[in-house]
Amino acid sequence: MEPVVKVGGRMAPLDRADVDTDQIIPKQFLKRIERTGYGPFLFFDWRQEPSFFLNQPGFDGAAVLVAGANFGCGSSREHAPWAIRDAGFKAVIAPSFGDIFRANSFKTGILAITLPESQVRHLIDLASEDATATVEIDVRAQQVRGDGFAYAFELDPFIKECLVKGLDEIGLVERHGAAISRFESSRMSWLPSAR
Amino acid sequence: MPPMSGGAPMTSRRTLAQKLWDAHVVPGGRADDSAPDLLYVDLHLVHEVTSPQAFEGLRLAGRKVRRPDLTVATMDHNVPTRGGVRAADDLSRKQMEVLAENCRREGIPLHQIGSRRQGIVHVIGPELGLTQPGMLIVCGDSHTSTHGAFGALAFGIGTSEVELVLATQCLPQRRLQDLAVTVEGDLPIGVTAKDVALGLIGVAGTSGGQGHLVEYRGSTIAGLSMEGRMTLCNMSIEWGAKAGMVAPDETTFKYLERRPSAPRGPAWEQALDASFDHEIRVDATQLAPYVTWGTNPGQVVAVTGRVPAPRSDTDERALRYMDLKAGTAIEDITIDRVFIGSCTNARIEDLRAAARIIRGRRVHPKVRALVVPGSTTVKRAAEDEGLDLVFKSAGFEWRSAGCSMCLGMNPDILAPGERCASTSNRNFEGRQGSGGRTHLMSPPMAAAAAVTGHLVDVRELV
Repeated sequence: MEPVVKVGGRMAPLDRADVDTDQIIPKQFLKRIERTGYGPFLFFDWRQEPSFFLNQPGFDGAAVLVAGANFGCGSSREHAPWAIRDAGFKAVIAPSFGDIFRANSFKTGILAITLPESQVRHLIDLASEDATATVEIDVRAQQVRGDGFAYAFELDPFIKECLVKGLDEIGLVERHGAAISRFESSRMSWLPSAR
Repeated sequence: MPPMSGGAPMTSRRTLAQKLWDAHVVPGGRADDSAPDLLYVDLHLVHEVTSPQAFEGLRLAGRKVRRPDLTVATMDHNVPTRGGVRAADDLSRKQMEVLAENCRREGIPLHQIGSRRQGIVHVIGPELGLTQPGMLIVCGDSHTSTHGAFGALAFGIGTSEVELVLATQCLPQRRLQDLAVTVEGDLPIGVTAKDVALGLIGVAGTSGGQGHLVEYRGSTIAGLSMEGRMTLCNMSIEWGAKAGMVAPDETTFKYLERRPSAPRGPAWEQALDASFDHEIRVDATQLAPYVTWGTNPGQVVAVTGRVPAPRSDTDERALRYMDLKAGTAIEDITIDRVFIGSCTNARIEDLRAAARIIRGRRVHPKVRALVVPGSTTVKRAAEDEGLDLVFKSAGFEWRSAGCSMCLGMNPDILAPGERCASTSNRNFEGRQGSGGRTHLMSPPMAAAAAVTGHLVDVRELV
């Protein structure tokens, strides 16, 4: 994976709570066998509404999606962060996330940043008033910075290291191959086998 | 009794979830103490939709599947429920072919469409005796929490994690907090495990379980069948919990009796004095049959109630999408479709419960109703009992096993504007078809809606 150290750009406000992965990428687009090409289908049904933010010219090329609480709840489909990435976004900021979506996002290289409700509200208001407003997300410093503000966020140190160094998680786990083999040899005989 | 692995001391204060966690930590499996625990996976379930990119990733990196013998695949998400594989669209068929090819190459057992054991991944795991107490089970599907009903630690993962587990059989994970859901008292007549789940989500909210491993306990849970426990654990993800589980007891072991041997003993028993970070208490005697009125499972009300006044933008948006007005009696809502199926409610007990309501009645002339058994095994068992005739003679369509209209990846979808009484798990916008409107409920409630043509309190029909 490419290292992710600093990302930034204009914001796109999605002022809705409980945005589920079925909205982010509807099921009819999960039939592909590739990891890319999902961008045109991001928020496919909501895009049919002319007033939806992705249809507003000002938010073309926005890099940071700012949304309501419990963003990415629902299914485990990694196609959701793939679609967000393929549509040009680098990060999502929300007061909370569905657990699986958040894990999937970091593995896709999309930053899923949790900020308190009041700070997210500020960012949504800012982006709604001024589509040219930008933020920068600094992974090392764990800060979201904009004109006149710097909001700190928490980040799992392991995820942070993987992002900053662009580490391949499978490679990291494979380094513990001997420990895994030892564990395997001590597994209980009653455990079922698929064969 | 299986001894504990992982080296953690065994104390009665630890919750079942923490005991399961400790037993799966690979000692020496991390670089230092700041890294997440490395957990060893006992069973990895695979299906056609979330796996192709993972297998492709392995291939590109020159990696092999580490433990094909601990991996089981099935086709469920986009299988047609009539007409076999030929009835699938080109992309769906391609996904199924790719899964078959990946399984062939890697030596992974596959229950493909048309085979005796095929079915929804969370139905066949327990059916085959692969799901047992004490195991750690993952699958690229959020409803993997279902398997927690057996006292297993089970949760859904994304495609990158599927690739990681295929390659290493392990998963780095941060330890989570413990949440007890204690349900006490007798369930009233007509109230099912599904209603416990919906009632709970109505109280806890759609993200109330986030960051937690949930243990369902109390006298009501002890009284639930394995099917009921699976329904309840299945819905754990709908309020954001990482996993939901029930400690194994006599009901569990009886269910497993004629399946391969399962562990017994104090290691997996409920620790009555275990210490949880949080607890939610539910009085079962106050529960009713529930129906969702909105577009998330927390937007739920007793069937005897009314569509509530909106309290947020989310509520207002949901009312618009569902074409409902605040104050409308739930029982006045007419429906077009009924779906009895899904990994939540398509086991034999669910079909029996629905058939009891259907017997001697007819599907309302304006309603199109569908039964999709959770697996080919369930379908055969139901046919042996004659349940298929009960459904068919009442006017239901009797289909082959798959996820079907729960998520509408196959041809079974709602038309825009259609309203469906559904035993599935998600009422999200467009979930069952773009523009479709979903009301979640139990199998007996869906059956009652089918015969009356509107949402109705099943207790009026029993």
